[in-house]
Amino acid sequence: MAAETKQIKTPSKLRFTIIFLVMAVLYVFSWRGVEADIGSLIEGWPYIRDLITGMWPPNWKYFERILDPMLETLRIAIIATTFGAILSIPFTLLASRNVFPNTWVTNSARSFLNFVRTIPDLLLAGIFVALLGIGPVAGVAAMTVFTFGIITKLAYESVETIDPGPLESMTAVGANKWQFIAFAVVPQALPAFVAYVLYAFEICVRAAAILGLVGAGGIGIMLSETLETFQYQKMATIVLFTLVIVIVIDSISSRIREKLL
Amino acid sequence: MSQTQQAAAPKKMGRMIKTALWLIFFAALYIWSFTGLEVEWKKIMESLKIVNKMLAGIFTPEWGFIWEDEGVLDNMLVTLEIALLGTTIAAILAVPFGFLAANNMSKRYPILPFVEARFPVISWIGKRILNVIRTMPELIVAIIFIVGVGPTAFAGVLAIGLHSIGLIGKLYSEAIENMDEGPMEAITACGGSRLQVLWFAVVPQVLPEFFSFALYKFEINVRAASILGMVGAGGIGTPLLFALKGHDWHRVGAILLVVIIVVFLIDMLSGAIRKRLV
Repeated sequence: MAAETKQIKTPSKLRFTIIFLVMAVLYVFSWRGVEADIGSLIEGWPYIRDLITGMWPPNWKYFERILDPMLETLRIAIIATTFGAILSIPFTLLASRNVFPNTWVTNSARSFLNFVRTIPDLLLAGIFVALLGIGPVAGVAAMTVFTFGIITKLAYESVETIDPGPLESMTAVGANKWQFIAFAVVPQALPAFVAYVLYAFEICVRAAAILGLVGAGGIGIMLSETLETFQYQKMATIVLFTLVIVIVIDSISSRIREKLL
Repeated sequence: MSQTQQAAAPKKMGRMIKTALWLIFFAALYIWSFTGLEVEWKKIMESLKIVNKMLAGIFTPEWGFIWEDEGVLDNMLVTLEIALLGTTIAAILAVPFGFLAANNMSKRYPILPFVEARFPVISWIGKRILNVIRTMPELIVAIIFIVGVGPTAFAGVLAIGLHSIGLIGKLYSEAIENMDEGPMEAITACGGSRLQVLWFAVVPQVLPEFFSFALYKFEINVRAASILGMVGAGGIGTPLLFALKGHDWHRVGAILLVVIIVVFLIDMLSGAIRKRLV
């Protein structure tokens, strides 16, 4: 790879032309497909401006009303991240090639994980709302699957980069699989794992804040309510509060993560 | 050696206290989380009865719905178009933000007069702007654009285009911060202008990474675009929402199947291209 990049070769013009033409066709096609219309944006701009100016000043009194839904969002995120983290432990181990050398095991675990991660978060929420009814439980279920996907992917990649020395010595002294995992894998992988759980929690809070738009509990329900009734000042309060919460959690969590790694 | 041993005893105490405090903290956190959640077990038990029906429906998708006019494939195509256009808009708009936020591109100003320490003010502001853009959920941005241009796929394009600037700009700025500054110095030493430094030293280094990040965001945006329809911003989300609300599990199954296959293929393709780029 390094040798290739060092070679100075003039890129072939034909290839660039072909790529350029394909992209151009794709863009024209897409532009028509989504019925893009700059005119409508210019025409509609006053409405957007009214909405944004209508949001100011935020309705500070409304803060009391949204405190509870916001706490519910945080509860959903905490519980879901915990469940997701617990669920991810066996799958992380099953997907790591240095823990299970059997490629059949790792490959099937990875295919399952890839499958889980392809499902968008709100789509999951929509399914669980249809299944479990409107409320925070659907949110917890959806976010559990969502965080499970994130944590496992990051965790097995980091488990595969741990120092093979302790693994070999455990095998050499005849440890069984459980001892192998408990004494060679866990101590090495734990800090990174905790860091990934925190990272997943950050993403989960962001995602949980909009879950309510499809009825899965939390602050999102108030958001869609205020939107549908054109109470933009209240909406501004919700958006600002969400921003503050997300930024505070992000900064605390990234501080801890820096210490861990 | 003896010193470390002496120090070990209080350290052990400190660690135990620390562990205990963490345990109390987590216990309190979980008690707070679980007791606060209003769970209607009766309702859940009732709805769990339809799990069989739902699973049966999802695993027997309505095949006709996939190919019919305005069906799954048509809507999925619109979803991909939204992601493509939105990501492209963001990838272009994010370039100035990336340079603004990179701390090796901005002049350092003294924090206070007469103090030696210098601080990249512009870069700090740029980073904060990108953070705020990233924090605004794209669904809310989509709703705002829907107010302007109506519930169309174009609103989805604009929402993705605006929201994606946050992440792409951040990744751009990191790429610029991590690049080799040798060529920049060389061109400055030859008397090159700032523009020439940018064009001959910076751009060739960061361009492959920029493309790679834009592709990465495209992968994420395909997922995002597939749910934009839930608020009316075009794509596969709209039929999905209708199917979910109507408990039409065969249609949900058909949509899920196509979304999963398309997202999987896009991830594979984009991952392969990204590997070759960087």
